[in-house]
Amino acid sequence: MAGVKKPKLAVWKFSSCDGCQLSLLDCELELLAVSEAVEIAYFLEASRKVVKGPYDISLVEGSITTPHDVKAIRDIRKMSKTLVTIGACATSGGIQALRNFTDVKGFIDRVYAHPEYIETLNTSVGIADHVPVDFELRGCPINKQQLLEVLNAFLNGRKPNVPKHSECIECKIRGTSCVSVAKGEACLGPVVQAGCGGLCPAHQRGCFGCFGPMESPNTESMAALLAKQGLDQRDIRRSFRSYNANAPAFRKESEAHDDESH
Amino acid sequence: MTTRVIKVDALARVEGEGSLLVRIKDGVIKDLEFGIFEPPRFFEAFLVGRDYSEVPDITARICGICPIAYEMGSIQAMEDIFGITVPKPIRDLRRLIYCGEWIESHGLHVYLLHAPDFLGLPDALELAKSDKALVEKALRLKKIGNDILEVVGGRAVHPINLKVGGFFSTPRKAKIKALAEDLKWAVETSLATVKLVGGFDFPVLEQDYHFVALRHPDEYAIHEGRVVSNRGLDIPVSQFLDHFDEEHVRHSNALHGIIKDGSGPYKVGPLARYALNYDKLSPLAKQAAKEAGLGPVVRNPFQSIVVRAIELVQACEDALRIVESYEEPDAASVPFEVKAGRGFGATEAPRGLCFHTYEVAADGAVQFARIIPPTAQNQKVIESDLALVVAANLKLEDEALKWRCEQAIRNYDPCISCATHFLDLKVIRE
Repeated sequence: MAGVKKPKLAVWKFSSCDGCQLSLLDCELELLAVSEAVEIAYFLEASRKVVKGPYDISLVEGSITTPHDVKAIRDIRKMSKTLVTIGACATSGGIQALRNFTDVKGFIDRVYAHPEYIETLNTSVGIADHVPVDFELRGCPINKQQLLEVLNAFLNGRKPNVPKHSECIECKIRGTSCVSVAKGEACLGPVVQAGCGGLCPAHQRGCFGCFGPMESPNTESMAALLAKQGLDQRDIRRSFRSYNANAPAFRKESEAHDDESH
Repeated sequence: MTTRVIKVDALARVEGEGSLLVRIKDGVIKDLEFGIFEPPRFFEAFLVGRDYSEVPDITARICGICPIAYEMGSIQAMEDIFGITVPKPIRDLRRLIYCGEWIESHGLHVYLLHAPDFLGLPDALELAKSDKALVEKALRLKKIGNDILEVVGGRAVHPINLKVGGFFSTPRKAKIKALAEDLKWAVETSLATVKLVGGFDFPVLEQDYHFVALRHPDEYAIHEGRVVSNRGLDIPVSQFLDHFDEEHVRHSNALHGIIKDGSGPYKVGPLARYALNYDKLSPLAKQAAKEAGLGPVVRNPFQSIVVRAIELVQACEDALRIVESYEEPDAASVPFEVKAGRGFGATEAPRGLCFHTYEVAADGAVQFARIIPPTAQNQKVIESDLALVVAANLKLEDEALKWRCEQAIRNYDPCISCATHFLDLKVIRE
């Protein structure tokens, strides 16, 4: 396609495990096709070649946890026509947002061998807390088919087809019998957004919330069911306070189960 | 007087965020810092207070490329506390999924991250322009590793099917058997990979490394063994902290692994495993090594790409053997009782030995956690390699020298995301 200017794709990383950007390299059957459709202009995990911005699409992995991150994400936003966050860290702060629930101030001074070497913020938050985001792709990790769908959609100027309904729908589609009803397993499925394909219940365990809260989740009723199934306050708090702990709906519910001793 | 500064602000084709700074004055290296600026994520701090059963899923999130290493290490440590021994079928499934991680990770590193350096290319996509069939083959090999992770673990990144005591569910026989044909192809492709990368030109660099790896009496150690070295160390995993420690340096957000006897840097990863377990390699893997011109010890880190390819042969063969003999186990996990205690675990992550220890209270809540990942342990030896590389290549132009240094770092397949989450361990040790 000589002469045709391909859209420029950039992949950025903040605080994260690399798993979501790896999902792009895990598109083994589609990767070469993707690289033919776009110019991979900045993707350090895959290439030392760096093409200057502006970029048509920026995929952003990871959460904002340092003063340096705060500045960098603003620069990235300025250089990007479309900015898509990929994964729980970039969308809600990730597992490292567990720090948001403790007193990090003083903690750092008290604990490090050399606290003066460390530069970190007190909180870990998603990208949208700092700059406008065009689309948030959920998951810890993201589903690579959904990633391809999002890329496809933005390249073709349409809205991504990513369902916002609960995980329960995926179990119905998959034909998995309900682990909560049939086996009394604690399962967050009713309040968690679909995306993984109903993975955990299909493996005989309850959903633990990789994709974060669905649209308008009834977390209070979910917590009541968990209590009925034998979970104590601490268990319920832990259930909502994991990979998407800082997502507002889950944050609020976990805080409702905080106790004095915590 | 001339001062040259070689600076790589953001290293490419590594997992995570690292940098390199070299200051040379009048032909002498004044400063050399392999920095890790990946921000700390405080895993060991927030694991405290979580239930033991949540730990494997949480530690998986340390690394998207080698989550099995972090799941299996924490599972082992918990099983050590609770006195659990898993039966052979479950042990086999664990080795199988770990082989999957090795195939996926080594496949990724050998072809997509490391080979481009030897071919003078910025990335594997550029390679696909001249040899698409080769890159497709590499991607298929990597996919076979991911297929194993999906069949046994549910998904490739952060598998969900592993737990303390075994698995949540066991894979159906037909699904496991369906992997066999691909794995036969993968064995052949791995052999071809050894041949291909064995023919690359390797910059000259040798050190008398202090190799440290796991060793197991019956197999090429991957998911369990004793900690051994080429200088006579031979200890159970539970004594790891008697011999190894970490220190906090200014230029890195990851602690540097050190050996307590003061003998200097040590090295974990493929070269260490190969040197310490050469006798446990399969005949086919040994033959491939011989044909690639490798003896039983390899001391040139640039040849780690060949050793990874040999380990691919081993992992594909092991996986095939387990797949062919697979019968569905009677139970997916063994029952156990939670009790208070301290436990230890260590496995060979694709990048090298990964150590875990936890303390759990009687109610199952974690009281203490400490994880020492391979890249943290390798930081000092990476710096010592770099010093030699720079000294031997002072005549190169800056850009070429910079690239050579990057290549020397990529020899270690550094997983910087993994290495960096551990600053808080001082927290716990007080």
